[in-house]
Order: sequence, then C-alpha cells, then structure tokens
Amino acid sequence: MSEPARDIPTMPPGLVMLGISHHFGRRRVLDSVDLVVSPGELVCLVGPSGCGKTTLLRIAAGLEELQQGRVLVDACVVAEPGTVVPPERRGVGLVFQDTALFPHLDVAGNVGFGIARMPADARRLRIDEVLHQVGMSDYAASYPHQLSGGQQQRVALARALAPRPRVMLLDEPFSGLDTRLREQVRDDTLHVLKHSGAAALMVTHDPEEAMFMADRIAVMRDGHIEQDGRPVDVYGTPASAFVAAFFGQVNVWQGMVRGGAVDTPIGRIAAPGLAEGTRAEVVVRPEGMKLSPGDGPVEPPVAAKVLAARLLGRSSWIHLCCGGDQPGPKEGEAGHLHFHARVPGRFLPCEGDVFAVTVDPAQAFVFPAADTK
Amino acid sequence: MTTASSTRDFAVPRRIDAWTVVALLIAVVVAAPIVVVVLSIAVPAGTIWSHLAETVLPLYIGNSLLLMAGVGIGVAVIGTGTAWLVTMTQFPGRRVLEWALLVPLAVPAYVIAYAYAALLDVGGPLQDWLRRDIGILRPDLWIPNVRSLGGAIVVLTLVLYPYVYLLCRAAFADQSTALLEASRMLGRGPARSFLTLALPMARPAIAGGIALALMETLSEFGAMQHFGVQTFVTGIVRTWQGLGEPVGAAQLAAMLMLFVLALVVIERRSRGRRRYAHGQGAYRAFTTLHLRGWHAAAAAAICAAPVLFGFVVPALALGWLIWQDPEIALATPLLPLALNSLILGAVGAAITVAVALIVAYAMRLRGGPAVAAAGRAAAMGYAIPGAVIAVGIMLPFAWIDNQVDAIMRATFGISTGLLLSGTVIAVLFGYVVRFLAVALNAVEASLTRVTPNMDGAARLLGATTWEMLRRVHVPLIRGGLVTASILVFVEVMKELPATLLMRPFNFNTLAVQTYHFAADERLAEAAPPALLVVAVGLLPVLVLARRIARARPEGNGA
Repeated sequence: MSEPARDIPTMPPGLVMLGISHHFGRRRVLDSVDLVVSPGELVCLVGPSGCGKTTLLRIAAGLEELQQGRVLVDACVVAEPGTVVPPERRGVGLVFQDTALFPHLDVAGNVGFGIARMPADARRLRIDEVLHQVGMSDYAASYPHQLSGGQQQRVALARALAPRPRVMLLDEPFSGLDTRLREQVRDDTLHVLKHSGAAALMVTHDPEEAMFMADRIAVMRDGHIEQDGRPVDVYGTPASAFVAAFFGQVNVWQGMVRGGAVDTPIGRIAAPGLAEGTRAEVVVRPEGMKLSPGDGPVEPPVAAKVLAARLLGRSSWIHLCCGGDQPGPKEGEAGHLHFHARVPGRFLPCEGDVFAVTVDPAQAFVFPAADTK
Repeated sequence: MTTASSTRDFAVPRRIDAWTVVALLIAVVVAAPIVVVVLSIAVPAGTIWSHLAETVLPLYIGNSLLLMAGVGIGVAVIGTGTAWLVTMTQFPGRRVLEWALLVPLAVPAYVIAYAYAALLDVGGPLQDWLRRDIGILRPDLWIPNVRSLGGAIVVLTLVLYPYVYLLCRAAFADQSTALLEASRMLGRGPARSFLTLALPMARPAIAGGIALALMETLSEFGAMQHFGVQTFVTGIVRTWQGLGEPVGAAQLAAMLMLFVLALVVIERRSRGRRRYAHGQGAYRAFTTLHLRGWHAAAAAAICAAPVLFGFVVPALALGWLIWQDPEIALATPLLPLALNSLILGAVGAAITVAVALIVAYAMRLRGGPAVAAAGRAAAMGYAIPGAVIAVGIMLPFAWIDNQVDAIMRATFGISTGLLLSGTVIAVLFGYVVRFLAVALNAVEASLTRVTPNMDGAARLLGATTWEMLRRVHVPLIRGGLVTASILVFVEVMKELPATLLMRPFNFNTLAVQTYHFAADERLAEAAPPALLVVAVGLLPVLVLARRIARARPEGNGA
C-alpha cells in the first residue's frame, strides 16, 4: 500500500480522499484527512462518536458537500472545491445504518432501483444474482416491513451492490441488529464485499467489528486519523495511548522517563525513543499481565493481591492491587495501585491471594504524556 | 489510470441550482399581489382617500375592532370549554360530540348568515310562530335584529369556534397526565386544576386558534354584506366596484393588512410554543372525570349547543326554505353551477398542490436561507383576505392587459382585450396565492415521513433529484397529496370574495350564485347551492373527525 500523497500525477484506483477538512459552523469536524481504499480492499473507519467518521463517509458519497480537499473515484476527481459530481453519477454505493429501504417498493423493486436503465431481462438477472449473493432469493416479492432487521440489512446491501459500484460505503450497517444476528450478517457481508471487488469503506464505532471485517483499520479521533494500518499493526503497535485504549480496557500509569524506562507500581517499563526526564504514559493491556504463584522465581518480583475475580466466558478478569492495603491514588492518577489482568480460560483465584506480576513487553506501550487528552 | 487533475466529463461546476431558482420564482410570483397592495399606499389616490377617511374609515376600524373582540371572546369561551369537557370528562355522547364539534367548520359564514336571516327575520318561521301560534300577538314585541353587528358576531362565532376547539383539544390531550395528577394530589379539584394548570399550559394553542378565527373574521365578506355590517372587506368591494376606484380599494386593503399582520405575528409566536402532537396515549382513565346526573346532562348540553346552532339549525333552516317553496327554490338548475365549482376546485387544487410540492421539495433538498424565506413568502397568503388578494391581482393584470392591448393595436391594429384580468387564469392565480399554505402544510407534513437517508439512497443509486421526486417521494406521499388536494378543493368551493371579484363575466359558481340570490333577498333560491357548498365542506371535516376517532381507539365510553 503506497502512501497517499498529493501532487503526484498518477492516482491509484478505488477511493482516494486527500486533505479533507470540514466545518460545521465554527466547529472543525475534519482536519486534513487523507484516506485511500484500493479496489477489493475493505477499510474500517473506527472512532468514538463525534470523531467525524460519518461525515467523512458522507463526503465520499457526495451527500455532504465538500469544503476542502479532493475526492477521487477510480482516479477521477469527483469532488474538489468548485467542482462536484452529484452523488447519482459517482458510481458509489452506500449501505445505511437504518437501511433506508423504500417502503413502497418490494425487495426486487428496491434492488432494481439503481439499475432502472438496464434492459428488463438483464435487470431481472442482476436482481436475482445479487439477491442470491445475500441469500434473499426467496423474498423478491416481499415488502421491507415484512422482513426482519437482518433481512432488511441484506436487501440494503444487495440494493447498493446491484449497480456494481466501484466504491462501497457502509455506515454502521450492523449496529441496528442484535448480537447473534450481527455476527452472521457481517460474516456474509464480508464475503459478498470481497467477491464484488469494490473498494469498501465501512464506518463503525465497534473496534471488535473492525478487527473482524477489515483489511485495514483507520482509527479516527477529533477529526483526524490517528493511525491507519493493518489490524495487527494497529493492535500490536498502536501509535498512541488513544489507539491502544480504543481496542479494549487498558491499565494506564503516568511517570517520568529515568534511565530509559518508566517506573510503575508493577515494575520498570522500557521507554525506547523517549527523552530522559520527560513525562510518559504507560499503557498495558490486561492480557499482557502475567500472573504466577507468589513464591515463584520472578524477576523483578512485584507482588499483587487479588481484589476480585470474575469469569467473562472465554477469559477471566482479575482486579488486582499492589503495594499493600493502604488506599493509593485513584485510577488514572500517577502511581495508582489498582489494575486489571485478563487471563484466558477459567481462572478464579480467591480474594486476597497474592501473585507475582510480570508484564509482556509486546502488550506494554509507552507514549509521551502530552498525548493524553 | 488518468491524471489527478482530470475531471469526469460529467462533473458540473457548482452553479445556481434549478430547485432554488424555481422556489424563489414561485415565492416572488405568489407574493406579488400582496406586494402590489402594500405598494399602493405610495400611489396618490386623489380625493377618494380623503373622502374615505372622512366618511367610512372610522366606521370600518370601529366595526373591525368590535367584531374581533366579540368573536375572539366567543370562540375562546366555546372552544376551550368544549375542548376541556370532551378531553377531561366522561359523559353520555362524548365520543360523538368530540368529532361533531368540528362539523360547523363546514359551514361558510355567509351560508350561516343567510340561514339565520331567513329564520329570524320578520316573517320568518320563528317570529311567525311566536306571534301567531304562541299568541304573543303584540306587533311591538322586540326581537333583536339578527342583521346587526351583534348578529354577525354570533354567527361568526358559531362557525369559527372549531379553530380554537381543534387546537385546544390537541393541547389538552397532549398535556402530561402526570402534571394534572400531581395537581390533584396537591389538593386542587378538577375545576381548579383546569383553570390554574391546564388552561395556562394551553395558552399558545388558544391564542393560535383565536388568531386563525379572527383572520377569517376579517376576510368575511358575504355575511357582513348581508347583515349590513360595514368592514374593510365590504368597503374594498364598494370602493372598487361601486365607486370605480381600484387604487382606493387597494389602499383600504393595505390598511386591513395591518390588522392581519398583527394576527399573523400572534399566530406565529403561538405556533413556536406549542408542539404539534395528537396526544397518543397521554389519555388515561384516572384524570378523566366521570360526570353523573345533571352534571353529565349539562356537559352534554353545553357541547351539543354549538353543533346544534352552528350546523343543525342553519342546515334545517335552509332545508325548510326549499321545502316551503320547492318550485321557486329549485327553479335554477344547479348542475352548471356545480360543474363550474367542480372545475375551478379541481384545477385550483391540482395547480396549488403541484406548486406546493415543488416548494416543499426544494425546501427539503436545499436548506439554505433563501429557499426557507421563499417557503415562508409562499405561505403568506393564508392570512390575506380573498378580497385583498383580488385587488392585488387585478390591478397589475389590468395594467398588463392595457399595455399589451395598446402595443398590439399600435403595431398590428388588433385589440387583444382582456387576456388576464376577468379570466379564469386570474381566479386560479388567486386561489394559488390564498391556499398555497394549506397545501404546503399538508405536503410538508407528509414529506417528513420520507427519511433523509432514503434521499441519500436514491441519489447514490443513480436517481437525479427529479427522478427521486417521481420514483420515491411522490409514491410515498401520495396520501398526503390527496389530503392536500381535498383541502384546497373544498376551500376553493367555499371561497366567495376572490371568485366574485375576479371571475369572468357571467361565470357563476355555487358560492357566487348563493351570494347573488341572497343579495336579492331570494333566500329560498339561495338555499340549494348553499346546502351543496356545506355538503362539500363536510368532506375534510369528516376526514379530520375520523382521525380524531382513530387516535383514541380505547376511548372508553361512559
């Protein structure tokens, strides 16, 4: 994946968004965002609500008027200040969160809406084809209100796919579905999208869903992309404490860099690349905490006492406290003593048990403290 | 692969948008008659204005103020009282009266005026009965003359209170039962709770309803003419047609618009403060007060009286007029009149709803301030009396006709005569100006049911804005379009002054013919077309009534 770059004469196919900035009134919701989605690639745009991800999607679709920057579809400019291709001529499909199916048309009518100019036979075939892809062949004559939420979402996907868009956009397409249905529908959606070969951009606020679906994840925060990379990179080498924290609850400590490492209640964590004496933030995933029996040969030995242990199903969640019984600083404050560990499988020690704690360096990250909010 | 600077050949540079232009154009055209009337102030009218100011102007102002005061109090008392009784109490007949209270809305004020004039005049059935059959033979027995300012106030109140009733009923039904329950728990009885809590909370609805009723009062022509009450509207017609002074009439119209403007401001402000909800589910058995014995009888009588005197009695009176002398009453064939009314109504409704759809759709597509202002300007006509609109249309139309005629005669030696004024075009234009707001409200309300994402979906599936309107919006809001058409159709059927002033020579409708007969005191002959107008007017009222009945399927009858 080449880096998106401006002022290079040749542009890659798929969806290219360059230098997108956007304001709602005085509020800046997008700040010079660059994003490239190649044909056949599925990129997930994740971030907390209000980070600008849906606005970015709507700009790509042409439903929101571009203010600054440039949008290209298959190497052709579809929006830049002063020039705009209306949404109906962009060759872009969009699956809405609320499906936005037309209630006055049956399933076949909805799916055929975007290919009205096709000859009737070809149109019929195409409708059958996409309905078959999403597993809704039997419902061609049904009306949207007769379908379940999952079925409606499948029809919405088929409708967006029917005109063979070069770019597919999906706006939180599964958030209206209940958990069990969601897994099935998103699994099917992934395969259908991959099969279509379109450049797909999906917005979600659910990091787990992004990990499930994405070839690449772009994490957004306050109108800019904090990190853009393969899921394994975004998870394994987060660019900031925000990104690290976005993929699940984490333990956070603040401290000074001394001797190339930061002192925390659970030991010294190496701080490569940080200047001596600067304030740093240490983020450790709960699954990076290794607990061993208290008397084991642990180096350096940090003892922690169990406050509570809960079984979450596939893993166990342990509340721990180190440094004795005295109430320390609160969570998030420097040097607080309460932290969490996630242990695979069933592991339920008694309250008050003491363990030695070691930290998996691959699950511990140190960032300059200025990065915190 | 192409270069980054290449733009798709169908990419269009941003330009002035067609929907915006069309919406602005419509607004300008629709607002033009009103602007003409306002601008007429600047035209020197010579002696006519000083003549009017010296003779009739104080009378017009005084009568208008008295009418507004009388009708305002009347509709407020009847409207809020009946609304409270049907929403907050249970008594026999409540469910029927709840919608029946709307029925007088179907009776145009001029029709009820003719009916009561026929009923109560010397020689009418009531006086006959009192003097001859009851035996009160004294000829000097004083019976208040219905053809008076007081009579006008009473008959207008009887057909206009439903505006207040309708808004108040919705407001009461919408009020939180929890608040009223709290008031009851804090020791206030139902009557005091109503006066200190429900009534103040419903104030915006009451004010809005009164404002609408008073707008109708100010625009009323037929009833005032028949009762000999001189108001701005009768003055406009007299100055224009009797004195042949169109500019003087326009200036009177401009003065009348000052009154209207005040009402519009009141109505707008009240609308901002009340929520449009039809109180689903906010209705619980606990707060409804079960009336028994004479309380129940009194409540039923209070709610039945407006229906009786606003609809049943005048309808019976008109029927009685026909029954008395059917040969004379039915001498005039109704079919041509009805056909004219039907054609005007149908064409007027079609044009008005089409224009409303364009404006509402443009407002939906383009949220800019220019389009929003266009929408407001287009909806202005609902407050403007038909006579004022007629003046505002006929003045420029006559001028255009004269100019065209002069040019044609000078260049080709042909006289084109009247092209616009005195044609059906002028009448239809007047209807669009006057009733666009009615259609716009109905269309806008149904458009809100099409979600913005459906627009997005249609656009991304390749539909242009025009195709989207045809393939998505129109099919989805078909019901709303039909409702809007019915509303405008009925308004056109009932409309008197605008039709009367602008219609082509000898082109008569049911309303116009009713007026002509009544003006000649041939009330028996006026009765059949009047009854027909009332029958058509019942249509939208029944639609409304059905909506009310459906909103409360659980309405546990007493």
